[in-house]
Amino acid sequence: MNLDQAQPRVCSGGVHFHRRTLLRGIGGGLFFSPLSGWLTQAAESGDTSRPKSVILLWLEGGASQLETFDPHPGTKIGGQVKGISTSAKGIEISDLMPRTAEQMHHMALIRSVTSKEGDHERAVYNVKTGYRPDPTLIHPTVGAILCHESDSGADIPRHVSILPGMSPARGGFLGAKYDAFKIYDPASPVPDVTATVDDPRLQRRLDDLRLVAESQFERRRLRDAAAMRTFHPASTDAARQMMNSEQLGAFDVSTESKSERDAFGNTPFGRGCLAASRLIEVGVRCVEVTLGGWDTHINNHSFHVSGCSTLDVALAALVHRLAERDLLKTTLVVCGGEFGRTPQINAAEGRDHWPHGFTVAMAGCGVRGGSVFGATNANPRLDTETPTDNLEDPVTVADVHATILKALDVPWNREIVTPIGRPMKYADGTPIDKVLS
Amino acid sequence: MTRKNWKYLGRWAVLALVGLITFSFLASGLGDRPGLPLASITPVGNSSLKNTALKSSVASSLPLSPLVERASLSSLQGVQDIDDEFRRAWQKEDMEVAGRADWLTICRRLSLALVGSGMSLEEIRALEVLPEGERIITHRERLLQDRRFAEYWAERFARSVVGTEDGPFLVYRRRRFVTWLTEQIATNQSYDSIVRQLLTAKGYFTDRPEVNFVTVTMNSNEEGQPDPIRLAGRTTRAFLGMRIDCLQCHDDFLGNVKLGTPSDSREGTQQDFHQLAAFYSDTRFNILQGVRSEHHPYQYKYLDAEEKVEVAPAVPFAAELLPDTGSNAERLAAWVTSPDNRQTRRAIANRAWALMFGKPLHSPVDDIPLYGPLPPALDRLADIVLEQHWDLRQLIRAISETEVFQMSSEAKFEIEEQHELAWAVFPLVRLRPEQVARTVMQSSRLSTINDASAFLLQMIAFGAENDFVTRYGDTGEDEFEQDSITITQRLLMMNGQMVRERSEQNPVLNASSHIQMFAKENSTAVDSVYLAVLNRYPNKVERTHFVTRFTAAESRIAAIEDLYWVLLNSSELAWNH
Repeated sequence: MNLDQAQPRVCSGGVHFHRRTLLRGIGGGLFFSPLSGWLTQAAESGDTSRPKSVILLWLEGGASQLETFDPHPGTKIGGQVKGISTSAKGIEISDLMPRTAEQMHHMALIRSVTSKEGDHERAVYNVKTGYRPDPTLIHPTVGAILCHESDSGADIPRHVSILPGMSPARGGFLGAKYDAFKIYDPASPVPDVTATVDDPRLQRRLDDLRLVAESQFERRRLRDAAAMRTFHPASTDAARQMMNSEQLGAFDVSTESKSERDAFGNTPFGRGCLAASRLIEVGVRCVEVTLGGWDTHINNHSFHVSGCSTLDVALAALVHRLAERDLLKTTLVVCGGEFGRTPQINAAEGRDHWPHGFTVAMAGCGVRGGSVFGATNANPRLDTETPTDNLEDPVTVADVHATILKALDVPWNREIVTPIGRPMKYADGTPIDKVLS
Repeated sequence: MTRKNWKYLGRWAVLALVGLITFSFLASGLGDRPGLPLASITPVGNSSLKNTALKSSVASSLPLSPLVERASLSSLQGVQDIDDEFRRAWQKEDMEVAGRADWLTICRRLSLALVGSGMSLEEIRALEVLPEGERIITHRERLLQDRRFAEYWAERFARSVVGTEDGPFLVYRRRRFVTWLTEQIATNQSYDSIVRQLLTAKGYFTDRPEVNFVTVTMNSNEEGQPDPIRLAGRTTRAFLGMRIDCLQCHDDFLGNVKLGTPSDSREGTQQDFHQLAAFYSDTRFNILQGVRSEHHPYQYKYLDAEEKVEVAPAVPFAAELLPDTGSNAERLAAWVTSPDNRQTRRAIANRAWALMFGKPLHSPVDDIPLYGPLPPALDRLADIVLEQHWDLRQLIRAISETEVFQMSSEAKFEIEEQHELAWAVFPLVRLRPEQVARTVMQSSRLSTINDASAFLLQMIAFGAENDFVTRYGDTGEDEFEQDSITITQRLLMMNGQMVRERSEQNPVLNASSHIQMFAKENSTAVDSVYLAVLNRYPNKVERTHFVTRFTAAESRIAAIEDLYWVLLNSSELAWNH
């Protein structure tokens, strides 16, 4: 068998077109666009026709609203933080977030988010999907919905999770093809995208795989198994395409100037935020960046001093960079965790879980910059039977999801039929229109 | 030398000795047993097969004749009925049917189903010395008595019973629960007794591990108590094979949930769900006694109702099977496991079938309609459960003896989707992540990776599997949902750490190096790699092609590594067939 003659060129025009069509057909987990396309797209970043994207800064463990975006200084529940003025008139946030305060004119704060989940695992599920855990099916997260709705994007995975925590973003009932591609500290190489042998040897392996192993397996088996069942050729080509894509460079933050890297902070989370911005520029649709360490049952203040020092610079630099590059019109930044923390401070000087009024911060994509929606009470009645009594304009996690999807131009109330035959909306809430301009 | 120096030297000597003993313990058996590489690589029929290592490998296994005899006892009653049912269905559709698969293919299916891994070269060689007619039964019986089987099936059942979540930290220990289930399976406890123990579990979650079935639900309501709603949902899905969760919030209006009686079926109502949940209302937890029975009325506000009402326990069908006496949990357990409650037997039969094939007889695995329509053989298989006294091993034996399980996935006619749907060929089913990981690990060893392997090797295999599954993506509870491959998964197989480390040159750990050292002929080396990875011999085209590759290669070990890579990345490895 002369493999050299028999092997089709991996990226010949006809094959490439056919493969792209096929990949769209199998579900759109990835979409291939020519390199020139994304370069042009990146250069024309001010173009509002760019597909909308989202960056989720996930504060795993549940950051305290009081030490971040909703301080009540000088009150019984206020703790040690002070309020500071921000670039948005009349809005104060915690003095642990001074850089973010300078970007507040771009940001909206929803200070009255409520949920019914006070356990980490269930609450993470709830806030990431907009639905409470349900034994009958797994719901998709925002990035999966966004990629499901539109197949435009990059050569590389369009849904990425950086520093994934306990429950990385996933496709749920939409399928594993919408799961986030997971990477860790961008200071390290992207896993699994570099061949372990040189090019000629890899090509020889691929030849043997396709022309011997696969062709022998397909003989006398299910008709069109390769095209309709295993998707082996298409997935292998897609993997090769990604391995060769120049867009992979977007993960590499070391090519940024030192001042830019310093602006985000010399931390894995800071590098994650910088990488998120770069990924969005090349067409990635959703990037989740996780920062842990917020479960402050003891020494709440000192842990928040530490956590905020990382979050503050990265969040502020991210919003600033996106605004500077005119990408904020088409990029939504969302910052929040699975719940907030109790107004009262416990005996160990910590704060416990509190899903009855916490903050989600947003910026970009038509979010009304410099605005606040909802409020918590500085002297709350700590009665969990009627928790919303402490809140002004309480909203649910589902409402926040509807708002996010609406900002991203996703029909938030579209019903899709789940695998169990049950129709279900993307978000089972109502958009908070006052947050959107 | 002073006395002090002697003491000093003595301490170091003791420390070195302890270190040596520890290392010996960890590394004992790390390499393949002396003689085994040669024995495993050498084809049957070669005089060197009489090698001591292989003989000892066979001898160390279970005695063969009693196994074959035991397997052919009454366990196979009803198998003929199942085959007949399928044949009638195929004839009715005028459908062509595939022939029988070869013994190696069937044995691979058994290994994947029972221990989640392909076969080792050692196992294949040990079977090859037996008459062909005994190989499948012998392999199955060895696997059924292997500790790996109990552990593997315990994890699969645990996913349906308690899910994959970590649960509430202070009151739930998933690992203890899985270990308990492993013991139940290892000691061949009947399935109905396992279910009864779960439904009536009382005590503390640490010394009564079955209680974790209850305590895993303690993080979902604000009381911090076991959640009757989640327990009711689990009970119907895991033990009855029914999804009635939608009734939690509203009556069925889509005709998805048929309850009532066979002669008078009706759509399910909210009451059906909450009356079932009411059985668990008495199941309460306190910090001193753990889970205990304590009177606690169940109250619920139905859709469109003005206020909450007290709900009395009642079952959603076959009420005549519910005993009048006993605690609520005991009554429910008696009803679920009643010999006349065929739905419970259908549920376990369908789940066991799913684990054997990778695909349930009725899909989804936990949504079997109470009053049909049902696929051929499901009710007959459910009856076998009872005839065999709820013995899981007997159920497995029966399934493995069916014509469908032993059918080929290849045919002389053109195979269409409809052939698979009718089980007229063995279906192509994607391996689950842990099956891929274990198969890759096993293919890199000539000897079987099991609890007799070196402790260090077991640790390496455990860690590698976890890392691989984390990146590949765990299927969670929905183990039988068939999803298409993702680019992440493809990249992991092409460039990932496990495939690289398990196929590269490593004279201590990897079969690729052993094959390079002990297979003198290139054709023997190619055969050995095919057997180790795909559990079959290469055909003529494949052998000729790769022997030519080996001959032309500048580095033979590199050529072996390349063949490993090709086969580990093939559809044939990643799909059951």
